[in-house]
Amino acid sequence: MCVTCGCSDDAEAKISNLQTGTVMTIQPESETHHHHTHVLPDGKVVTHSHSHDINEVSQVHAKIHGRTISLEHEILGKNNLIAAQNRGWFKGRNILALNLVSSPGSGKTTLLTRTINDLKKQLSLSVIEGDQETTNDAEKIKDTGCKVVQVNTGSGCHLDAAMVQQGLQQLNPPLDSIVMIENVGNLVCPALFDLGEQAKVVILSVTEGEDKPIKYPYMFRASEIMILTKMDLLPYVKFDVQRCIEYAKQVNPQIQVFQLSAETGIGLENWYDWLAQKVVN
Amino acid sequence: MHEIGITQNIVAIVAEYANGAKVRRVLLEIGKLSAIMPDAVSFCFDVCSQGTVLEGAILEILQIPGLAKCRQCGAKVPLEKPFGVCSCGSKQLDLIAGEELKIKEIEVDEVCV
Repeated sequence: MCVTCGCSDDAEAKISNLQTGTVMTIQPESETHHHHTHVLPDGKVVTHSHSHDINEVSQVHAKIHGRTISLEHEILGKNNLIAAQNRGWFKGRNILALNLVSSPGSGKTTLLTRTINDLKKQLSLSVIEGDQETTNDAEKIKDTGCKVVQVNTGSGCHLDAAMVQQGLQQLNPPLDSIVMIENVGNLVCPALFDLGEQAKVVILSVTEGEDKPIKYPYMFRASEIMILTKMDLLPYVKFDVQRCIEYAKQVNPQIQVFQLSAETGIGLENWYDWLAQKVVN
Repeated sequence: MHEIGITQNIVAIVAEYANGAKVRRVLLEIGKLSAIMPDAVSFCFDVCSQGTVLEGAILEILQIPGLAKCRQCGAKVPLEKPFGVCSCGSKQLDLIAGEELKIKEIEVDEVCV
């Protein structure tokens, strides 16, 4: 059972290393090097319902009573712990890690391949791809010459920190580089699962509804930037860009918006400038 | 979303703490802005606890309302959604309550001899 949410049994999730051709299953928690702390709360008894009748002290009796134990156990604590480990790992290697999220079909992989092809001479980039099945997206990334691993979640609907941690071991990104994590296409669940990234990048295409930001507020609130893609199709769709940006700022006043087309290339320079500035910092 | 998986996780965590003892009661804290539906957790709990030391246990859920602090004027702003507007007009709100998702306490049978 997946220790963070259980929606996919971690044993179904696979990591494919496209450089070596090896495929491995996600190692269960006990076989990895994470320490797993379970602190049993000694002495945290809050209520104790049992009373002795003084006359019966000498009698041996068995009585079942209730004992309350205060736990204060964060249910997503395990994922958050591994995410924090990932965050520290990235920081120690001066790696900028970004979590790309969107609904399926928004153009994440196309934008990623365009970004890699345009920037690979100046910046070191590698990718962790997340999909339920197939290595199709990872193959497209591999064609750019960039290092990539594919995580297949099976029935799972989001990447979690453990998958990313093991993906990073396979990927082995160099120091001073960028790791792009392309999450499973889903505007709901990935918002709950920290991967240890520096920022979430939410991608929305103009072929979707302009009110997506208020329909999926958790995701848009959790993201540092919103990229509006497929701007070349704007003349053919009823998408109100200004209204969309207003909705996004309503949910997240700090969110920065980039409008671009990975096909024609318009607007890409703003996204590239943001990346370059993030790497320097 | 994920209530079935999260509930399975709750059952596993509580069973580990109970260490073989029968569980009478589980108290959860679920924030109203946590994106987790308490009714779905309750529904799943009955199913997930079958055959475990939690079978028959009472599930109590404390729902924590959303609360934010306005960056502009410092006022506390109650929230039903993860965003909103302060009475001073500012939308710059920091969430300070309502995203909780924790097992607060459990009550187990203890045999006293």
